[in-house]
This record gives sequence, C-alpha cells and structure tokens, in this order.
Amino acid sequence: MDRLELKNLYDDFRDPKTIKSFAKIIEEDAKKLKRDINIMEVCGGHTHTIMKYGLLQLLPENIDFIHGPGCPVCIMPKERIDHAYILSMQEDVILVTLGDMIKVPGSNGSLQKARSKGADVRFVYSPMDTLKIAKEHPDKKIIFFAIGFETTTPMTAALLDIVIKRDIKNIFFHINHVTVPEVMKELIDSRDVHVDSYNNQIDAFLGPSHVSVIAGSRIYEIFPKSYNRPVVVAGFEPVDVMEGISMIVKQFLQNRCELEIQYKRVVTFEGNIRAREMIDRYFEKRELFKWRGLGNIPKSALKLKDEYKKYDAEYIYKDILPLEEIEDHKLCICGDILRGMAKPTECTVFGTACKPENPIGSCMVSSEGACAAYYKYGNFLKQGKRNG
Amino acid sequence: MDKEITLAHGNGGEENNRLIKEVFYKAFKNDILQKSEDAAVIEDGKLAFTTDSFTVTPLFFNGGDIGKLSVCGSCNDLAMMGAKPLYLTFSVILEEGFGTRELQKIVRSMKKELETNSAVIVSGDTKVVPKGSVDKIFINTSAIGEILVSDISANALGKDDLILVSRDIGCHGAAIFTAREGIDIQSDLMSDCASLFPVVKALIDKGIRITAMRDATRGGISAVLNEWAKQSGVCIEIEEDKVPVSEQVKGVCELLGFEALSLANEGTFVLAINKKDAIIAFEVLKEFNQNASVIGKVSDEYIGKVLLKSSYGTRRFLETPTGELLPRIC
Repeated sequence: MDRLELKNLYDDFRDPKTIKSFAKIIEEDAKKLKRDINIMEVCGGHTHTIMKYGLLQLLPENIDFIHGPGCPVCIMPKERIDHAYILSMQEDVILVTLGDMIKVPGSNGSLQKARSKGADVRFVYSPMDTLKIAKEHPDKKIIFFAIGFETTTPMTAALLDIVIKRDIKNIFFHINHVTVPEVMKELIDSRDVHVDSYNNQIDAFLGPSHVSVIAGSRIYEIFPKSYNRPVVVAGFEPVDVMEGISMIVKQFLQNRCELEIQYKRVVTFEGNIRAREMIDRYFEKRELFKWRGLGNIPKSALKLKDEYKKYDAEYIYKDILPLEEIEDHKLCICGDILRGMAKPTECTVFGTACKPENPIGSCMVSSEGACAAYYKYGNFLKQGKRNG
Repeated sequence: MDKEITLAHGNGGEENNRLIKEVFYKAFKNDILQKSEDAAVIEDGKLAFTTDSFTVTPLFFNGGDIGKLSVCGSCNDLAMMGAKPLYLTFSVILEEGFGTRELQKIVRSMKKELETNSAVIVSGDTKVVPKGSVDKIFINTSAIGEILVSDISANALGKDDLILVSRDIGCHGAAIFTAREGIDIQSDLMSDCASLFPVVKALIDKGIRITAMRDATRGGISAVLNEWAKQSGVCIEIEEDKVPVSEQVKGVCELLGFEALSLANEGTFVLAINKKDAIIAFEVLKEFNQNASVIGKVSDEYIGKVLLKSSYGTRRFLETPTGELLPRIC
C-alpha cells in the first residue's frame, strides 16, 4: 500500500476541475433564485479560504458573503489584551499564548511591544508546550493566556487536567475562550445604536467544521428552527466551501430551511463527547463577555469554575488587573463589519491608517480577519470583472 | 516611523523597508545607495560591493550552518549583480563561553564555501562580549567582486521579460522554523543554503541577457517580486501552479498556515529574462536543479502589483509579507 502523504488529505479538495464544476452548478441554480443571497461565513478560516482561492470570482452576482466574527484574535477587546500586557510585565512571569495573539494592540501596545520592553512573551503551537516551559523555569510563574473558540478550548482543558493531576505549581490560566452560537444570535437579535441591525443582511450561515468536530452540529439547530436562517457546516478547503455554498443555494431553491453538514467526513451531530465533558468539568459560562466592536454579549465566553480559582490568573492577580471598560477607536467600523452591515472597503481608515503592519481595528490583525484578508487578497479584481 | 524597533522591523517586509527608508536612507542618501540593489555598483561599473550580518537559531541546521550562510549570503548578493566574488572581510562577535570547537566547525564550513566561490577572506575582526550580550555568535561579512556583465537591475523589467525561479522555494524558512524550539515537528527538510555564483556564471557563459536577478532571502519570492514590480513600474503575473514547492514545504505551510511564497530562501533566486533567451536560461537552470521553472511574465495590468493566478481562473494580489512569522491559531 502507498504511504499516506499529507497531500492525500487535501489534494482532492483543491482540485481545479471539481471547483469549476461546483461553480457551474451554483451558477445554474442561482439563475433560478428569486432574490440575492448573502451568506455569512462565521469563521475567519472560511474568509481566508474564500480570499486565498478567489472563490468570490467564481460565484454569480446574486450570491455574496458577509464576513463573520469568527476570528478569536480579532474579537479580543483591549481590556483583555491589557490584562495580558500587565501580566507579561511582571518580573517573575512568562506569558504564553497562541500565534498572532501577540500582534494585537491593546491600550499600551501589543505583547510584541511588551517583549521589546523586556517581557518574556512566548507563543506556542500547542498549549501542551507550556508544560515544557514550566519545567525549564521552575522559578517563574507561567501564565497561559488562553484564546479561541470551541476548537481550542479542549486543548486548554487538557492542559489544566495535566496541571491538576501532576500537581504542577507554576502554571496559571487567563481564560478568554468564546463560543460561536451566542455571537450568531447576537448578530441577528441585536440593535446597534447607529445602524438598525434588525435589517441585518444575513440570509444564511456557513458554519465552521472544526467547531462542530468538538461541539457537534447540534449547536446550530436553533438557527433554522427559530431564526429562519439555514446553516451548512462546511470544511475549509475550496471544494468544501463551494459545495457548502451550493447546498445553501439549493435550500433556497427548494424552499427548505435546514441544518445540513457538508463536512460529513468528520462532523457528527453530537461532536466529540469526551472533549465536551472535559470542557464542562473545568469551565462555566461567563455572564457577559465583551467582543471587540460588538460590545458585551451574554453567555458568550467561558471562565474557570470557582473550585479551580487557584489556577485562575484573573483571580490571583485581581489587584493589578483593571476592570474598567475601554471604548473602541472612533474611526474603526469593525463592529459594523462583524455585524455584516459594512464591507472593509467602506471604512475610512481601511488600507490607509489601518494596515496589517499597524492595525487599528481587530479585523486587520489576524491574517484571517476580514479586513486583513481584504487588504491582502483584495476584492476589486471581482469588481473589475463585473464592471468590465 | 514607529517609536521602537520590534522583530517585525527585520523581517524583510514592509516594516523593514520603512526602517531602511526613513532612518538609513534619510541619513546616508547618495545615488549609489538609492539604487537599492543587492550589491552596490562602484568604480564606473567595474566592481560590486556588499555587506550582510548573520544571526540564526539554531546555529547548525539541516543543509548548512551560520558559517556557510555568512559566505553564501554576501557572495550571492554579488552574484545577483552579475559579479564574480573576489575578496571578503569577516567580523565576528562572540558571546563569552561560546565553544571553540563549534567556532572551528563554523570556520571550516566558511572555508569550504569560499572555495566554491573562488574567493578569499582578506581582513577580519573579533570581539568577545559578556554572556547575554549576543546570542552565541553574530557574523558580518562584506564582499567585493568583479562585475562580469553590466546593466542587471531591479529597475529594468519590461513587457518582454519572463520570470523564472531557480529551484523549489521556501526550504530554508521551513527548515529553520521547524527546527526552532517549541515547534515539535520532525522532518528531514533541508535548507537550500548554497552559493549561486556557479549557476550565474553558467548563465553568463551562455551569453544569456539577464534583465534582473535576486536571491529570495527574507520575505521570500513575494518580497522580490513586489520590489521589482514597484521599482520597475510594471505588473508581474505569476501562475500559481508553476511555482515549484516541495511536498514537505507544502506540508509545513499547511500545518502552520504559512505561504511558501513568503518563506525565506538562502540559495534560490528569481530571474527576469527576455523571452528570446528564457528557454536557454531555463535549460541552464535545469542542469543545476531539476525544479527550476518559468513562473510568470511581465504585463501592465496593475502597475506596481504582483498578480497570482490560479489554475481554475481566479486571481489575487500577492502582497509583500508583513509582520513576524507566526503560526496560525486554529
């Protein structure tokens, strides 16, 4: 038997012929649609795929995307980044976090800046690498600044599980895990003071597959049922996304409003039950959590349960961590972009004062943020095609 | 200009360019410097002159070490200007406590690489600093070379040029990143670290007219192509599926969310060559590396931009990489 190569896992899902075939099917189906459809791809990973592979250029004019709030770095409010900054500046602390979290600016600057001022800030690919850092620095307090949606939460839980079982004394947690369904509800329910969000343009959701690998597709059941918005849970390769879009279009054609799974090769209705149990063991819902640009959203984030507060950096360092709210930058319209009310290009500071190397708003920070993706890959190639 | 220097200012991308322009060019401004070529052309076009400093973690990596890198780096800068490396200077800053055996190993690989280039070190300097002042060893080399063919310039690309790349891209960046502490990926990825003068000489010996050449170090192919598009005021169109990327580099990019086009190389170069000579050039490149490829052309569709075209008919801009290289979250 041939050895399984990494490319075997993705090659077929990037096959140009298959992508073109789906484009054809979507085009044919879309001709029969009675109105335009705006699909919100909730997750930044999907935005990234759409931009990187230029999928928008393959779709007919009556199908468009609204880029959603599913980038854990993007939605992190200044208040939480300030916490990380303050913690990292403590003499005996090593602050550990994931990837591009270190680029996001808070009130005092980013963690990258803290590092240039002498703070010990490290990024890990796997939270488990924190164990090694803790072992090598027994005299330091290692604070894991935990971020991410349902996808990364089990890894934090698994790390805490080991810390407790091995009685490791120098690892602590600052928890910023957020959840997808609550923000989706907020996007449909909320009324912004400036714009009438009840007129939000979202007709359907493309749900991220990796979230449902953990949480199951069940978390989206409510959207077709109570909100009249179809949901298709789709994978991240271009063929996955194109098939997902095709499934959504067919629902509209056939007057269906359902929860469907495109990513059947891994996603189930129930999800990963063991991972869910571990999350439930250590975490509980926060009453409120502030999302950058969207404000406070009820029950949209997790915190450590009270019984584990001796591991909770928010509790241990409560005397030095401020709780006051900070207002978002005035010119930045991240909130409207995340609500699907505006495109990045409608922002006055987009690409001028706000660029990936000097982001004002959160959407410009991560390569998977809507603004950064627009900046990097541009969308005016499509406009060029339409106008010409 | 930003108030403080961060790691992003040394990445070969936008922040790096800004630092060079707003701090160094502002102070040192002169006609030669402002050409912004790999090496300065001096003495009425007879000589090329360049300098480069080296710091790398780990010091020894699969495919090379800091010593080999320090000779290749400066000699390649000369080769990219069509110059034959002649003389080098060598400065080293050592951290107190550094192993003499390691130093000898580094110097041995420098010697070997100098032979490949038929160049010699003619002057040097040594400093030792207290522990913690530098990370083990920093090396600087300067090099001077004789220009064999003139008028190779990043400012000269035109519509008759095709874009070629000398081999598969991104090996050095991927190899170094996976060898870093904290990234537990096992692979047999090998840096492409190599001297480019031999292949450049072969191209020149064939009488090929070279419009521009550049070794795609920090910032990778993306940085080179964007600089060319801006400096020459043209649009560069790249066929994505023609760009050679090894399966291993692709794999690292998949896992960590990188783009191979933005990964660093240390022995890979991009060429702009007139259509008429491109096929012969391609054949010469192939003799040195089977993965050489013609990857694109020059047009005037979007001036100053690099256009990346997919095999299923979509297009996007390839931007100059920004920020520090960080793995994606999920």
